[in-house]
Amino acid sequence: MAKAEQEKTERQAWMGLLAKSSPARLAALMDTASDMPDFTWLRVPEAGGVMVRGRMGGTGAPFNLGEMTVTRCALRLASGEVGHAYVQGRDKAHAQRAALVDALMQTDRALDLRATVLDPLESEREAQIATRAAKAAATKVDFFTMVRGED
Amino acid sequence: MYVAVKGGERAIDNAHEWLAEERRGDPAVPELSVAQIREQMKLAVNRVMAEGSLYDPDLAALAIKQSRGDLIEAIFLIRAYRTTLPRIGHSEPVDTGAMICDRRVSATFKDAPGGQVLGPTFDYTHRLLDFKLAAEGETPRAQEVEAARKETPRITDFLNRDGLIQKETPSDETPPDMTRAPMEYPANRALRLQALTRGDEGFVLGMAYSTQRGYGRNHPFVGELRIGKVPVEMEIPELGFAVEIGEIDLTECETVNQFAGSKTEPPQFTRGYGLVFGQTERKAISMALVDRSLRWEELGEDNVGAPAQDEEFVLSHSDNIQATGFLEHIKLPHYVDFQSELELVRRMRAEAQASYKDAAE
Repeated sequence: MAKAEQEKTERQAWMGLLAKSSPARLAALMDTASDMPDFTWLRVPEAGGVMVRGRMGGTGAPFNLGEMTVTRCALRLASGEVGHAYVQGRDKAHAQRAALVDALMQTDRALDLRATVLDPLESEREAQIATRAAKAAATKVDFFTMVRGED
Repeated sequence: MYVAVKGGERAIDNAHEWLAEERRGDPAVPELSVAQIREQMKLAVNRVMAEGSLYDPDLAALAIKQSRGDLIEAIFLIRAYRTTLPRIGHSEPVDTGAMICDRRVSATFKDAPGGQVLGPTFDYTHRLLDFKLAAEGETPRAQEVEAARKETPRITDFLNRDGLIQKETPSDETPPDMTRAPMEYPANRALRLQALTRGDEGFVLGMAYSTQRGYGRNHPFVGELRIGKVPVEMEIPELGFAVEIGEIDLTECETVNQFAGSKTEPPQFTRGYGLVFGQTERKAISMALVDRSLRWEELGEDNVGAPAQDEEFVLSHSDNIQATGFLEHIKLPHYVDFQSELELVRRMRAEAQASYKDAAE
């Protein structure tokens, strides 16, 4: 049970990372990874809309905010592992690559893919977030008192 | 009598060809790419995504190019495209408390934990034309300062702790969806918020402004305005768990408004809420004001007959695609309708003239 839970969270983490990755970057990283295996489609890539919800006051009851584009697909490797992808945008090749990584992460090539694809994606993403946070931090107001009015 | 006529085909084809040529403009000037619009006309892209009700910056940029910068036309294109997309599902409600903020300001607490972070704002600029932008310049670089990764707690949470502001009760109720069912009045708050977030920025701004000028006064403070990225998570049925399917920019505005109280609850602040795709703060603030104004009944206020208190008036006129569709259709051929009015007015004139003559005799 504990192992299943952990796998779920690890899988959630890589699926989320793939969903948010740039299609061009994922494609480039996968080119450097070793050969991609054959697979059969369980669900060919399909672009659609997902209705994004928010909460009133940020924390209250849900409401519909608007849709975002998402592409999903599912495939099965010859060795039997099933890979799923739900990625932002309308890029079908991107969804296919994400599903392949998802499937391969369940095989003995997981360590290899972690090093060649997921780790670089993750560290680049962290760096981007840090750069933006540093720019935001530079615009933080430091209040100081010029004159006090009570004399 | 109904008379069908044909004959516009060639004129229409030629008009569209000329439109394409005009869209391109002077061929001696380099053509705009969709990526250039996406990156450098970002606030226009955001508006098209928000009012088109579809988060996809590339599509919004394409729509702006196709519409020659006419944003309502671009929104129309996005709305039309949206209807062709199969609905894959809905997300979990986004957690704006976990937003990675580019900007976060509070007009109510100077020393808000997490600080006042201005972000890339037009505020405090002098609104003087910058002629340096007319020349091709170097790439500007922003200052960076080591950022302490700290939480930015909600301002309303502080007020909430002391019971000074009305609570938002969490629920998992399925909200109504105006893209799936026709609008019904009275609308609940969830439906109103959906209509407002995709409503026309100018209209929602005008309505919000009217409340500030006294048409349904509710005296707002911007408790908090935050802009940044939030992950979007969706339950995947075939996997049995939720995964992040992407990440979107949002602007959230929480207003703190004057008081409501009841027999069981002493007076406390009330809230208005705005949440909009992209960096769209004018719209988010406007939305929060109009949301608050439309809550008059629930908060036990008087209906003073202000336009911004009338949900049917606000919601049925806030959609710029509905509005432009009905407004602009009157320029299309109405030859037969007009012919009947022409006949009617001639008959009325003839009758009137006949009666003058009778009276004179």
